[in-house]
Amino acid sequence: MAAPMLRWGCAGRRWAFACVDGGSRHGLGARNDFTLSGMRGQSSLALQPLITAQKPRKGEHEWAAVVGLEIHAQISSNSKLFSGSQVHFAAPPNSLVSFFDASLPGTLPVLNRRCVEAAVMTGLALNCRINKKSLFDRKHYFYADLPAGYQITQQRLPIAVNGSLTYGVCLGKKRRQVITKMVRIKQIQLEQDSGKSLHDDLRSQTLIDLNRAGVGLLEVVMEPDMTCGEEAATAVRELQLILQALGTSQANMADYEIQRQINELENGGEILNETRSFDSTLGCTVPMRDKEGKQDYRFMPEPNLPPLVLYDAASLPAGADSRQVINIDYIRERLPELPSVTREKLIEQYGMLPEHSFTLLNEAGLLEFFQNVIKETRAEPKVVTSWVLNIFLGYLKQQSLAVSESPITPSALAELLTLLDHKVISSSAAKQVFEELWKSKSKTAAQIVSEKKLELMQDLEALEQLCQAIMEGHPQVVMDLKKGNLKAINKLIGLVRKATLDRADPTVIKKILEEKLSS
Amino acid sequence: MWARTVRLGLRARLGGCRGFTFKVDPQGTGQVTAELIEHLERLALVDFGGREAVARLEKAIAFADRLRGVDTDGVEPMESVLEDRCLYLRSDNVTEGNCAEELLQNSHRVVEEYFVAPPGNISLAKLNEQEPPPRG
Repeated sequence: MAAPMLRWGCAGRRWAFACVDGGSRHGLGARNDFTLSGMRGQSSLALQPLITAQKPRKGEHEWAAVVGLEIHAQISSNSKLFSGSQVHFAAPPNSLVSFFDASLPGTLPVLNRRCVEAAVMTGLALNCRINKKSLFDRKHYFYADLPAGYQITQQRLPIAVNGSLTYGVCLGKKRRQVITKMVRIKQIQLEQDSGKSLHDDLRSQTLIDLNRAGVGLLEVVMEPDMTCGEEAATAVRELQLILQALGTSQANMADYEIQRQINELENGGEILNETRSFDSTLGCTVPMRDKEGKQDYRFMPEPNLPPLVLYDAASLPAGADSRQVINIDYIRERLPELPSVTREKLIEQYGMLPEHSFTLLNEAGLLEFFQNVIKETRAEPKVVTSWVLNIFLGYLKQQSLAVSESPITPSALAELLTLLDHKVISSSAAKQVFEELWKSKSKTAAQIVSEKKLELMQDLEALEQLCQAIMEGHPQVVMDLKKGNLKAINKLIGLVRKATLDRADPTVIKKILEEKLSS
Repeated sequence: MWARTVRLGLRARLGGCRGFTFKVDPQGTGQVTAELIEHLERLALVDFGGREAVARLEKAIAFADRLRGVDTDGVEPMESVLEDRCLYLRSDNVTEGNCAEELLQNSHRVVEEYFVAPPGNISLAKLNEQEPPPRG
């Protein structure tokens, strides 16, 4: 099986709104194109929400927003779906285009095995039924970036149907509670991507780059099981994590559009049946010309492609060429670990809370960072979890950095946590050291500790004497304590800490004080 | 594949019509309306020209309608004449591309290795008002 490679590419996006009349769902208009700007990396996921507002019954006042999603994910492959030209996101215009991609007469589609495997893997990961026979169709519409005048897709009988995607929504004020929700997957189909159009309004022309034309796409159609933008966004995020774990596709995308539509619905705004296009300069969608009449794609079977037949262990024909057959069971056995399983393992192995496992997986590179720290220290996993998720992640977020841009390596943090674990430094001293590590790139934790003299006092006798001195210096507090105000001990602890320049372990201080008070 | 008896004149339903619906003649009158012509012209970007072309279309539809006379009850529709063929699977290697110069020669207008097309989403009505776009 091909080694998974992560590819990037720009995807066109079209939005369609459902007509607000008894929950009807209209089809989508012709593709309009743009480049997603202002995002880290490029996008290979395109999103089409279909929001149906169901009319409230008599007596009800609330609209029930129902969100259905169609997601196009660009398949990570070396070559395109039906031709041997390269899939790559940055290349001179029209340099990654074959005669077939340019729709020159006499060319024929030849199906890429890797794309079929990617579709099967994704279908299995989403609990779909894999259709042992699926068909290809032509979907016709005219647009300059679609040279053939049709797109090869799988409308009648797609490769995978009837699956499900489970995702976790964080609830509660502090988002501590994780509730599992499920959205049904209607189908997954293979289809071609179109080229890219650059609109030059000044000269009233459109520039066409066909590098992306013919790249393999996985269209994942979700049923309208989601009730709000947040659920939809979370479901899509989970799908993204699954695709990344499978190596099928990589993606970055904005979910602001879902939120915008939800906001409109909730404000009672009417959503017209229109197609919107994304204006990259404005950074939002703008209404396009209304479609005159309904779009009719005139679907017909793709005459140049026989049905796609897949096998399993039982049906595999004897002596078949392994390069020409695809065995679903073989693929199922070799599926990489899915995010939900990774989370379960984290919870089991390290005793962390479910919401922690979600955070670890949601942030790119964070899980790997965490695991590398764990490898190099014997500190309690719960301590490591807390430091990585609270302090480390907190610093990253504050400075808008990705894990890959972190000035602190997993080894450095591991060293620091080991010092803490061995009680060489106190918890508050550790935080000071962390701050220093973040700023200075060449020093190690141990160096900073010795430079700033942050080591915990090891001389118990000296500490006892100090405690004695503090107690003698503050008789009122001692009296208060003996009267029964137990909280007064904190004041004494604070005073001792100050006197030791915070180089004493508060728990040890407390023990000494209590011993002295009871004697 | 074809039913053994062909019953002419009877309107038997085409068996197992999956996915593709018959939109052309919902009333079954065999007449092609002006509205439909306009719709088809927009979709397929063809020019029907005059009454003659429409008459020809009506005759073609009537001819194809004779298929309805065939009794296909219980017969699986044929999806493709290639249904007994094997779909060849290509290995995921890069074997083509890098011929921008050659491809761009097909275009009447080119700007820095991009094909040039008219601006998108012009309605057909508006197009008819303008000069026909340059052909190449």
